Amino acid sequence: MEVALTTVTAAPPHSAKPPPRRQMRLPVRNALVGWSFILPNFLGFAALTLVPVLVLFYMSFTNWNIFGGSEWIGLDNFRRLLGDGSFRIAVVNTLYYSALHIPLTIACSLGLALVLNNKLRGAAFFRTAAFFPYITSIVAIAVVWNLMFSPDYGPINQVLHLVGVENPPGWLTSTTWSMPAVVIVSTWRDMGYYMILFLAGLQAVPRELHEAARVDGASTVQRFFNVTLPCLRPTTFFVTVIITISSFKIFDLILVMTDGGPGQSTLVLSQFIFRKGFEENQFGYASSAAVALFLMCIAVTAAQFLWNKKRSS
Amino acid sequence: MTAAIDARVRRERLAVAAEDRRRRTAGRRAARLLGYAVLIVAAAALLAPFFWMLMSSLKSSNEVFSVPIRWIPETFVWSNYVDIWTRSGMLTWLRNTMVLSVVVTFLQVLTGSFAAYGFARTRFPGRNVLFLLYVGTIAVPWQSYMIPQFILLSKLQVSNTLWSIILLQAFGAFGVFLMKQFYESVPEELSEAARIDGLSEYGIWRRIMLPLSIPALASLTLLTFVNTWNDYLGPLIYLRDPQLWTIQLGLKNFVSNLYDTNYALLFAGLTLSVIPIALIFVLGQRFFVEGLATSGLKG
Repeated sequence: MEVALTTVTAAPPHSAKPPPRRQMRLPVRNALVGWSFILPNFLGFAALTLVPVLVLFYMSFTNWNIFGGSEWIGLDNFRRLLGDGSFRIAVVNTLYYSALHIPLTIACSLGLALVLNNKLRGAAFFRTAAFFPYITSIVAIAVVWNLMFSPDYGPINQVLHLVGVENPPGWLTSTTWSMPAVVIVSTWRDMGYYMILFLAGLQAVPRELHEAARVDGASTVQRFFNVTLPCLRPTTFFVTVIITISSFKIFDLILVMTDGGPGQSTLVLSQFIFRKGFEENQFGYASSAAVALFLMCIAVTAAQFLWNKKRSS
Repeated sequence: MTAAIDARVRRERLAVAAEDRRRRTAGRRAARLLGYAVLIVAAAALLAPFFWMLMSSLKSSNEVFSVPIRWIPETFVWSNYVDIWTRSGMLTWLRNTMVLSVVVTFLQVLTGSFAAYGFARTRFPGRNVLFLLYVGTIAVPWQSYMIPQFILLSKLQVSNTLWSIILLQAFGAFGVFLMKQFYESVPEELSEAARIDGLSEYGIWRRIMLPLSIPALASLTLLTFVNTWNDYLGPLIYLRDPQLWTIQLGLKNFVSNLYDTNYALLFAGLTLSVIPIALIFVLGQRFFVEGLATSGLKG
């Protein structure tokens, strides 16, 4: 392709005869061929992702409802959001969930990856076992864990009784413990996936660096902080971005496990959007909350990218 | 004289080194033991819910919540696995889920690998901007644009048909990423040679890239299949008619309508819904891990 392009530009500009048609049209042909490859997927992608995202912003400034009537109402939806108690609870709960879920999942998955990286026997089996929750359907997970969390008859509290816990928490029936219970399940579910990503990152850490640090007398802990973690930064960065977005948009697990309850103790942002949109048919208002979710995800991703850039330079 | 000192120093050094090595191997053994302990505990925690689900599916309905807890059923009630078919719409749900998973996977693999070739191996103005649009959607959660998407698909009269889920899932950016990543690792000389031999770009995709990318295609196929099989939110929003329900939607409704609280039956249904995925996963584990590790994203 490079060759073709240089021939075109190298053709003498003052030549009376036009250059041969085939050469002239090569860039055009390249573009046509390229587009023809991308188009089948792009049509679907544009219609079902790009257009809806653009329409979302328009809708958030209207009072779009079930009848489709859409009047431009400016910032009214956003003003209403600020005064909406449920919305505030949803945002706070989403942040609370993220604050528990992100560090816990990173710690567990990184810890397991470090253990597995020691070439222990049975590592292959463990990798399979750890990954399995991640590919199990959310409905099966939620139903099974819901019943395991059952305060009086569930296995979890029975085990807690056995080990001597006097008053085990009421889990999903308690407003204080419902969110931690959801976090336990989502960490249990995601751990294996991020463990695999960390494991791939750990295997790329050069052995010589560890050897050199050991010769210099660095302890295991020192080597972890001064060799492993810095080498692992690209992976950690990537995992943090993905895990943050997935925490902000947490929805299906909560929908099936608690449906936002008890009370509003596990009501999260995505569910607020779902309720306003699909249950109350206030599409315009729901869109403004969706814009808030959209901006949260974009902002945190951009911030993480900038921070990573600063750290690596 | 100096030789004697030298020898002594060397002997001392060797002794220190040996001592050091002994201490290190002892430490390493302790670390390994600790490692095994962590793995065993973690594996138990990871697998216990599955074990409990499987065992509960073979209990009688009263036995599921016995106090003290019984992990192994007293008598194995195999009839749960017969009753679930007659007492629920399992057959319809499974059929719908199967149709959706197969069609979505086929379309995603086809259009995804085709577009990935365009991004990896053709050059035209605007290509990188276009790819950036695809990349940008990683940070955009589906939950934020599900409403406009729903209105659009309702206007097109496809909501409450299986088509809605097919459209929803088949054109994701995920397949494009995964395949582009792979195509870029294929040496350019191969396609260059084919081009000189007169093969068109489509021919190169069909005859060279596709056969070479079978491992990546397998990853994409398995991941898309499992993703569609497990999807809950899409069907929840679009499929209102019980005749169209997928296995996830059906089982969720089965829970809500469980008046006689026969949880053993429910567990049998859940186990049946997990088994196909478990089989696919165990058989194609390598492709799952490779697919997710190289592209690092899902859905």
